[in-house]
Amino acid sequence: MARTPRTDSGAAIRIVFQGGTMETAFFLLFAGMAVLSALVVVVARNPVHSALSLMVCFVQIAALFILLGSPFLAVIQIFVYVGAVMVLFLFVIMMLDVRKDVHVRFRASAVPALIVLVILGAEMLALLLGSGHIPALSAAAGPDVAGSVKELSLTLFADYLLPFEVASVVLLVALVGAIVLAKKETG
Amino acid sequence: MVPLSWYVALGAGLFVIGAAGVLLRRNVLVVLMSLELMLNSANINFIAFSRFLGDLGGQVFAIFVITVTACEVAVALAILVTVLRNKATLEVDEIAIMKG
Repeated sequence: MARTPRTDSGAAIRIVFQGGTMETAFFLLFAGMAVLSALVVVVARNPVHSALSLMVCFVQIAALFILLGSPFLAVIQIFVYVGAVMVLFLFVIMMLDVRKDVHVRFRASAVPALIVLVILGAEMLALLLGSGHIPALSAAAGPDVAGSVKELSLTLFADYLLPFEVASVVLLVALVGAIVLAKKETG
Repeated sequence: MVPLSWYVALGAGLFVIGAAGVLLRRNVLVVLMSLELMLNSANINFIAFSRFLGDLGGQVFAIFVITVTACEVAVALAILVTVLRNKATLEVDEIAIMKG
């Protein structure tokens, strides 16, 4: 008898989860946090605050990747962006003296840039609302193949082998280029 | 399930915020960070479409975008350190020429 309520609540939770209420709530939470921290990146006075806020934004985006059923990409996102890129940014910020131009955040001639931004946002909104393909895609969502790392690795190493090798060459070139550029010139 | 258009709208919003950072800010470090934000919003779109089309190509392209972004950041920060050694300014309007 004691078991009946537990299975009932379990079934209720499953129904709620299948209905998507929980997923929607998590999406709204992560998306809201991502947009807020992105705004902080743009308006913060101190570049260190921008960097930390960008880190928060990347973690939210990684959570959204998990929501989209691609945990491998979420882990890569945390490793590469939060672990490597942001540490590089913070290292450079702290190595350089950034307190000189703290007092002026924005450029003087902001009006043309604002016009461009408004046009950009309106265009993307119009495309999103006017497109008939996107609602059709959401209605007929494809099979959930995305969760499997095995499938992803098979795709990466079978169909996209040449781009993968090119990407490794690009990484090597960037490594050598960064070292050569940052090296102090002798003589 | 969250509809695809919500993800695309989020990607568009983050892209516009990142573009605002690139166009409006004066500090070159914040400009680079906003650039990262724009690339990440493109990644959201890639993975959302990959999920809804049931095609893994989108995830593979997101991996390539992440790779190229890591390269870009490394080279950009190296250039920045070199420029700062010569010019000692972080403002984008001051760094108009690459020749030291």
